[in-house]
Amino acid sequence: MIATKTDLPNAIPSRRVEWSVWTSGWTLGSVLLALLALMPVAAVLFFALDSSGDIWTHLVETVLFGYLSNTLLLMLGVGFSVLLTGVSTAWLVTMCRFPGRRMFEWLLLLPLAIPAYVIAYAYTDFLEYAGPVQGALRMVFGWQSAQDYYFPEIRSLEGAIIFMGLVLYPYVYLLARAAFLEQSVNVLEVSRVLGRGPWRTFISVSLPAARPAIVVGVSLALMETLNDYGTVDFFAVYTMTAGLVDVWLGMGSLAGGAQIATTMLIFVIVLISLERMSRRHQKVFQQSSSRFRQLPTYPLKGYRAGFAMSVCGLPVLAGFVIPVLVLSRLAFVYFDESWTPAFKTYALNSLMLSFVAALFALTVALFIAYSRRLHEGRLLALATRVASLGYAVPGAVLAVGILVPFAAFDNAVDAFLRETVGISSGLLLSGTIFAVLFAYVVRFLAVALGQVESSLEKISPSLDMAARTLGYRAGPTLVRYHLPLIKGGMLTAVMIVFVDCMKELPATLLLRPFNFETLATHVYQFASDEMLGEAALGSLTIVAVGLLPVLLLSRMISSSRENIASSQRRNS
Amino acid sequence: MKPYSPNSPRQSLLRSEVEPLLEVRGISCNYDLERAVFDLSLTVHRGEQVCLLGPSGCGKTTVLRAIAGFHPILTGSILINDQQVSAVNNMVPPEARRVGMVFQDHALFPHLTVRENIAAGLAQLSAGLRGESVGEMLERMGLSHHADRYPHELSGGQQQRVALARALAPKPLLLLMDEPFSSLDQELREHMGQEVSDMLKESGTTCVMVTHDQNDAFALGDKVGVMSEGAIVQWDTPYNLYHQPQTHFVADFIGNGVFINGQCEDKKQVNTSLGMLQSDIALDWSNDADIEVLLRPDDVVYDPDGSIIAKVTRRAFKGAQIMYTLRTLDGVKLLALFPSHANFGIGDEVRVRLDVDHLVVFEQNSTVD
Repeated sequence: MIATKTDLPNAIPSRRVEWSVWTSGWTLGSVLLALLALMPVAAVLFFALDSSGDIWTHLVETVLFGYLSNTLLLMLGVGFSVLLTGVSTAWLVTMCRFPGRRMFEWLLLLPLAIPAYVIAYAYTDFLEYAGPVQGALRMVFGWQSAQDYYFPEIRSLEGAIIFMGLVLYPYVYLLARAAFLEQSVNVLEVSRVLGRGPWRTFISVSLPAARPAIVVGVSLALMETLNDYGTVDFFAVYTMTAGLVDVWLGMGSLAGGAQIATTMLIFVIVLISLERMSRRHQKVFQQSSSRFRQLPTYPLKGYRAGFAMSVCGLPVLAGFVIPVLVLSRLAFVYFDESWTPAFKTYALNSLMLSFVAALFALTVALFIAYSRRLHEGRLLALATRVASLGYAVPGAVLAVGILVPFAAFDNAVDAFLRETVGISSGLLLSGTIFAVLFAYVVRFLAVALGQVESSLEKISPSLDMAARTLGYRAGPTLVRYHLPLIKGGMLTAVMIVFVDCMKELPATLLLRPFNFETLATHVYQFASDEMLGEAALGSLTIVAVGLLPVLLLSRMISSSRENIASSQRRNS
Repeated sequence: MKPYSPNSPRQSLLRSEVEPLLEVRGISCNYDLERAVFDLSLTVHRGEQVCLLGPSGCGKTTVLRAIAGFHPILTGSILINDQQVSAVNNMVPPEARRVGMVFQDHALFPHLTVRENIAAGLAQLSAGLRGESVGEMLERMGLSHHADRYPHELSGGQQQRVALARALAPKPLLLLMDEPFSSLDQELREHMGQEVSDMLKESGTTCVMVTHDQNDAFALGDKVGVMSEGAIVQWDTPYNLYHQPQTHFVADFIGNGVFINGQCEDKKQVNTSLGMLQSDIALDWSNDADIEVLLRPDDVVYDPDGSIIAKVTRRAFKGAQIMYTLRTLDGVKLLALFPSHANFGIGDEVRVRLDVDHLVVFEQNSTVD
């Protein structure tokens, strides 16, 4: 009996691997990556609690409440503004028919390409005393100086609210639009049959059902508001972020910065909870079977159509067209001063840094998402969540959380080397490009992870099993059979992270090596020196790059419309 | 090619002398933190084709995944070719088990052609041998004309063949199939079942299939294990499963039929409201024990002189035959399969008699299993 066995050419190779080991390489790696992503937040908390309390008392007595109230007012204002703009435009383009509706569907996304600080610079140039608007007013009315007339102060809290609202409303627009589209046509029809008009149907049926999606959009916009440093710094609105940077760089107190960062984490926790809770509700509310069925739309004529067109046109005009025109004019006028070798270096720095960060983010996202696919379980679900927390943490907070442990590491290595070999290692991690890269990956990992996870989900799990039984180990299965199938998703992930890194300001500003400039920091420096003309070319470049993902999004929107159209053709 | 015989004792006798290829010894598995398989054992001999048959959620797919090495086991062990591949906390990974697998959704690699799909498991061969092997497989499956097409350009049946070819090309020790025919339409399904069965027999492939469809199971399985709630309730030939079900669950799950209540008399007959039924073997019940008798639709025979009068409450035309649901004057429900020319409408009165040669009898409260 044994003899026949050994004769068999079919013997299973005697390679025996422990079950826990051949999965845990992936599990362990993912948990480590998640912990690494969590490190900045942990460091902020640890450092804030650990260091001496006197600066905290000082902060509370002097500036903290000012920072808090400014932040709250800004978030309240921006929240209200994006809610109003986002929901009204989303409802008009999904539920009504008026000239230009299809164009507005994607035009309304364009302001997403412009970082808040860029729109702030553009409008400051446009609306300030020496700018074209006030100049024209003076010419028309014959005013001589600022004493002759009233013009609202642009560089103020109100200004910050308006300009941030103009570029952040697309978050709400996108999610609300999707929510309206996915609502069951039947429910809306039932409401109409029961005698409710379009407005009452909107107020009593559409809006409540879309509420979770809208809340998600608002919380995302508010995370961006909390993150912003360029605008509030330029407008001298002392929010938490501006305060953090001021306490850190101005007063030279990293501990104070960490303490402000801790306070900001409370905002972050509130926003994340709001978002997560709403996403859960969203799943319950949006269970439409007829996703691609054309919604019954209300045709608008005459002044109603004109009104709808202005409601949709105004955000596009104010949030994209005007700032881009202003920047283009400035860039044209100041081209010779701007198009310098230094500018090319900054642009190259931005490109390289963002691209490398995007590749890192993609690799980490692939590793974590695939581990989770290999090994279901609570541990990896938790690791995935932890790893994708960074998107909600403001860049300035991340910077504190990265600098503290990196500096501690550098000091420890330096001290050790001095003692043992007698040489100084200097800065290894802090104040290097690596710190900036680390911040980018932590902050934008969620984007890459989301893309990779949703692409992987589309592949049937039996495909994995087929590859494994055909003799491929987990790693080769990923490389040979998954990667070719998720190319599109990976490309999208790289692009979105790349663009986000290009636009990122606070973390870059705080962590970059000495004398190292990217486009974003270059634009910021010139703007801070009131040289908006020289900053325009850089700003315009950032906007141009930022258009990439927006165009992708708009293509997705139009292709989903084709789906609607073709499914209608099939049905009729 | 031997014709398929559902109940050939000689064949199974011969097989049991051959050494076992797959031994599953008392395994238990969890699924989503809940116990899905309880202390399950089975043995498959070389060249044998077996099926695990059961309703969804009975744990049959978990067993298959455990055999393939995708699911850890909490007790027991699994041996393939006398080598232990799964034990508690110790598993040979799936890629080292030499099992082939066929899936419900075929799981073909969409970015590879038919030829490349079939070659996927032959990476260790030289290019020449690989090409030869793939060519042979294409020929055998009748896929030679489609070798350079992509999966989405193929029909369901062709995709099924590619999936089978890909799984068999590396010459696995054991072929595992998870609901392989579920995604095909009814007609193709029967055809493919027969074709696959013939091919596996011809090549002497050892195979374990999992299905919820008894027709698939009967077409392919020398032995069928009926599973319920994580355990095999009966391991038998298809013929015996139908004619000698061991539990109420098996009797209910396999084929159609109704249960009628009665009392045991003299260990050899059962007194029912439809008359006295004679048993061919001694019944293991005391006198007057409350028992129930299984009546298959073919046990109820159309007979104009029959003693039982019943009304037609439902009819389902099946071509050569018609399946009637009847209700006797006492309110007992019966299923009856009549030749198609015995054509009755709903509400008609029919005379029938019972023609039961072997009584399948259970205790009356056994319905709770």
